[in-house]
Amino acid sequence: MSWVSSNLGVIAASALAHAALSAPTVVLSFVLSVPIGWLAHRYRLTRGTLLAVAGVLYAIPSIPLFVILPIVIGTSARSPLNVVIALTLYGIALMVRSSADAFDAVERDVVDSATAVGFAGMQRFFRVELPLAGPVLLAGLRVVSVSTVSLVTVSGVLGIPSLGLLFTDGFQRGITEEILAGIVATVVLALLFDVLLVLAGRVLMPWARATARRAPRARTREARA
Amino acid sequence: MNYFVGAIRWVLDPAHYPGPNGIPVRMAEQLWYTALTLVIACAIAIPIGYAIGHTGRGRAVAVSVTGGVRALPTLGVLTLVALWTGIGLQAPIVSFVVLAIPSILAGAYAGFEAVDRNVVDAARAVGMTGWQVLARVEVPLGLPLLIGGIRAAALQVVATATLAAYVGSGGLGGYLFAGLQTRDYEQMLAGALLVVVLALVLEGLFALVQRLVVPRGVVAQRGNVRTRPSRSRPVMGDPIEEGK
Repeated sequence: MSWVSSNLGVIAASALAHAALSAPTVVLSFVLSVPIGWLAHRYRLTRGTLLAVAGVLYAIPSIPLFVILPIVIGTSARSPLNVVIALTLYGIALMVRSSADAFDAVERDVVDSATAVGFAGMQRFFRVELPLAGPVLLAGLRVVSVSTVSLVTVSGVLGIPSLGLLFTDGFQRGITEEILAGIVATVVLALLFDVLLVLAGRVLMPWARATARRAPRARTREARA
Repeated sequence: MNYFVGAIRWVLDPAHYPGPNGIPVRMAEQLWYTALTLVIACAIAIPIGYAIGHTGRGRAVAVSVTGGVRALPTLGVLTLVALWTGIGLQAPIVSFVVLAIPSILAGAYAGFEAVDRNVVDAARAVGMTGWQVLARVEVPLGLPLLIGGIRAAALQVVATATLAAYVGSGGLGGYLFAGLQTRDYEQMLAGALLVVVLALVLEGLFALVQRLVVPRGVVAQRGNVRTRPSRSRPVMGDPIEEGK
């Protein structure tokens, strides 16, 4: 434990840098995917195209993306922006599908009732569809958050500051403890993000715990429709 | 955009084909790592997933364990094992197997859970034993989701296999890291593009396989998620003798 105790500052700084790369990525993936997912849910024509594009995006490996992006958008090779943009694309690829599924899971009758009592357009989206799609959206976002926190470490091989640097540095200097500390810190950070998301879900969707158990039924319904 | 032209020229340059650092060898290495990883990961994950899916037990544990494993950073596992085992194939394969297991495991048990309860009950009713239900009903009907899991794992592994070069093994990552050190962006980009092409080809192949393995007659029969364990109470009354 000697390495850990004498390098707590390094670990904390790396963890902070890591969180600073992960948080905007998760938020951006969510904010950008929800409207795209809604479009995929709403119009049959766009659904196939959007989901296919998301599938191809997902198939593009992250490491090459870190390399290609700076050349395409003209940032420097070691800019943290590359990581955020690359992983946001990756997050969108994962999240578009789950947000399309989330909106699909909102019962048609409920949306129709909302229309009947006078909700329209944006209002219906924000006050009816979005909250009801919330639990499935949250489930998707949790996957994105875990994979993002884990993938950020890969940027360490390019020398971008994050917990990934503990792996590359520990490997080059042969310090097992440093790598172990990095792994533990990454998992803890991923858990922390997950707990925050779950808590946010509880606060924003107090009804969700009861509905979550009925989710399978909603899916059966969707398959029949 | 000049870099892209350069990278494509780099890929097409005949000088980059022969020898142990040539594109065919590097590509074959990348595919070999992927295939070996998938075989090992399948051998571990499929039996466990089938056991969970068939009995309906241990699902909560499996979900939380796979969630935790997903959070494990591959680069960390890779460098850690590489420090212990030295340069060689062990470290990349171990870390890629860890990466591949959650998707395959989830595919295996989700495939079983997606089998309609009534179909399993009907299989029991016509006298199939537990093993027959497993082999003749649950396995074929669960195949599309299992292949989906393997497909997701294959994509992740073929992309991540790039990291093998970081600990001194081969694969297409060699071009990335060599290019990074010498600031040869064309070589880096060429390596990256080759990985993307490989990933897309694999994705296409798996999409095809996934379509082919759906048993005839159950095409478009998705949903119907089974939430109860297959060995819980029967739908109505007690069976005279439950097939074991």
